[in-house]
Amino acid sequence: MNIFKKTILTVLASLFVIGNVYADKIKIGTEGAYPPWNSKDASGNLIGFEVELAKELCAIMKHECTIVEQDWDGMIPALLMRKFDAIMAGMSITAERQKTITFSQGYADEVASLAVMKGSSLEGMDTPEGINLSLGGSDVKKALKTLTGALSGKTVCTQTGTIHQNFLESGDVGSVNVRTYKTQDEVNLDLTSGRCDVALAAAVAFTDYADKSGESVVLVGPTFSGGAFGNGVGVGIRQGGDDAIGKRDAKLLKDFNKAIDKARKKGIISKLAIKHFGFDASM
Amino acid sequence: MELLAFGKTGWGDELFYATLMTIAVSVSAMLIGFIFALIFTPLKLSKYKFLNLIGNFYTTVIRGVPELLVIYLFFFGGSGAIMYVASIFGYYEYIEINAFITGSMAIGIISGAYSTEVFRGAIQSIDKGQFEAAKVLGINKFGQFYKIILPQMLRLAIPNLSNVWQITLKDTSLISVTGLVEIMRQSYIAAGSTRDPLFFYSFAAVLYLLLTYVSMKFINKLEARYSRGY
Amino acid sequence: MDFDLMITSFPKLLGATVITLKLLSASIFFGLFLGLFFAILRLNKNIFINKFAYGYSYIFRGTPLLVQIFIIYFGLGQIEYLRTTFLWIILKEPYWCAIIAFTLNTGAYTSEILRSAFQTIKPGVIEAGKSLGISNKIIFYKIQIPIAIRQSLPAYGNEIILMMKGTSLASTVTLMDLTGVAKYIISTTFKPIEVFIVAGGIYLFMTFIIHNVIKYLEKKYSFQQ
Repeated sequence: MNIFKKTILTVLASLFVIGNVYADKIKIGTEGAYPPWNSKDASGNLIGFEVELAKELCAIMKHECTIVEQDWDGMIPALLMRKFDAIMAGMSITAERQKTITFSQGYADEVASLAVMKGSSLEGMDTPEGINLSLGGSDVKKALKTLTGALSGKTVCTQTGTIHQNFLESGDVGSVNVRTYKTQDEVNLDLTSGRCDVALAAAVAFTDYADKSGESVVLVGPTFSGGAFGNGVGVGIRQGGDDAIGKRDAKLLKDFNKAIDKARKKGIISKLAIKHFGFDASM
Repeated sequence: MELLAFGKTGWGDELFYATLMTIAVSVSAMLIGFIFALIFTPLKLSKYKFLNLIGNFYTTVIRGVPELLVIYLFFFGGSGAIMYVASIFGYYEYIEINAFITGSMAIGIISGAYSTEVFRGAIQSIDKGQFEAAKVLGINKFGQFYKIILPQMLRLAIPNLSNVWQITLKDTSLISVTGLVEIMRQSYIAAGSTRDPLFFYSFAAVLYLLLTYVSMKFINKLEARYSRGY
Repeated sequence: MDFDLMITSFPKLLGATVITLKLLSASIFFGLFLGLFFAILRLNKNIFINKFAYGYSYIFRGTPLLVQIFIIYFGLGQIEYLRTTFLWIILKEPYWCAIIAFTLNTGAYTSEILRSAFQTIKPGVIEAGKSLGISNKIIFYKIQIPIAIRQSLPAYGNEIILMMKGTSLASTVTLMDLTGVAKYIISTTFKPIEVFIVAGGIYLFMTFIIHNVIKYLEKKYSFQQ
């Protein structure tokens, strides 16, 4: 039986790379299509805030890391299938995702915003500068009411499987005509083309796009946080368990939490955030 | 044109390598498909109902479900299935299948279903009398297959296999979900990064046309060679 | 395996099948006319018309459907001038972009199928018509076209199945067809295998139906009655 086992494994090993991985090597999944969080340059290399932060965190953890590209819509399934061990892809910590995976502490805060093309009727909406859905209150209620009126009958575009989609479908702003895209790049293209009346994403995703493309994309309405928008962006990791793999995952979570603490203290996260976002989005 | 420059600023070299990747995946998927066809064609032609059923199940399901779904299912389910098999043998570590193999396998499974149909059709169209003639001449089963059926089958199958090749080549555009950087994914990345989808997708179309054109020329030559004497 | 999810997602996926069927029937309907038009052009003796028709079918058969749909949706949407014309009313809608791409694609294959069917019609049939004093036009519309369509039923049936599978790409341009809704369910449940198996089953069932309808038609219109 033992020989049989060995033969099978050798055959498998020759066909595939059997990973005796992890020990010191971890794989981090990112999307590579959500600038300035993560994107790709013209040489096909992954770049952006999270790519650099991942390298820093790995250096602190003394882990050898590889960064793997994965489409957003398959991000969490791929983590569960163990195609990689951690997600760093501008993924906000939300209760919905926490049913399936777990998160490290947040490393950066993301505020969301609506964006339109210059000249849109939605410009100059009368709302506070920012609303926190977790706080509630009359200001928030009033702002949501204004938004409900403004967005009704408009095509609102956003990326599939994001907090932004969840918010638009939550009923907080009435029943909105939501159109979802595979990547933020596609949302930006259709906002420019006029197929979308308005789009919702991380505010920096729009400002970054406006900067690089020269298109007159402008932010409108309040910035959003709290509630459906989650509690900052963290490292997504599989939920631990009692078997060998589960224990490793639990340890990886601890390692990441410690590394984020250290990186924060040393000012690494702030520095990278200012470099990529233009302001300190660290948390 | 500077978009297509080679080196750091342009996408020329990336698209060049992506084209090579498309060719490599198509060829290996086609070969994997042949392996599948060699397994499933005899099943489909078998006298036994049960084996027939397995053969038909494969070709019907794969050809009846969108390629995109087959690829998704293989991408998410394939490594899980292999790890499950490994766990039966007491191996619990992660088994990594690289993107190239995942992509080729996914397309290969699809390609194989079409190849199976082509082989089946080709074998069935060979005149039954030839088998009897071979028997009378005392040629054994092995000889019958390699010296009589196979050469004829290839000749009959080549025109239809060229269709399978075209399907396979075009299906590779769907494997970007596996993360393999072939023509389509590279164009997608470039289009996103440069905000010029019209240019890059049109260029991708030209690359695919070029690949189809060149490979059809090659297949026509092959066909001419195998039909010598007819 | 999460069987509960499979059961709960089934009605949602079935609802989305309506969009898939709408896309399919519209593309097949327009594609048949387009295909017939180009097949007739291919029979034309004028070399330019002939080459033009050949070029169309070569380009659309030689490139992946995904590329075609992306060029039409994202590519054309980028041309500023186009957005100022009346064409934008149609191209603005993902639904119509998908139908245009599918129609052009299936039209190319249909033209090839019909062309070869026309070419296999025995000259005797046409001559018989002529000797009966039937005009060329009527021979073409009442004899050649019906025979060609009958002749091409098996191949055309395959094309319909291929197109049905092709509609799954509508999900790449934001449409909520069967595949689109499957992806949507996965984006909140993170269980691709279960959902795709159910969606795959529905596609398979549609293939089965189309296959049998074509078989029935073949029998009904077969020559040996």
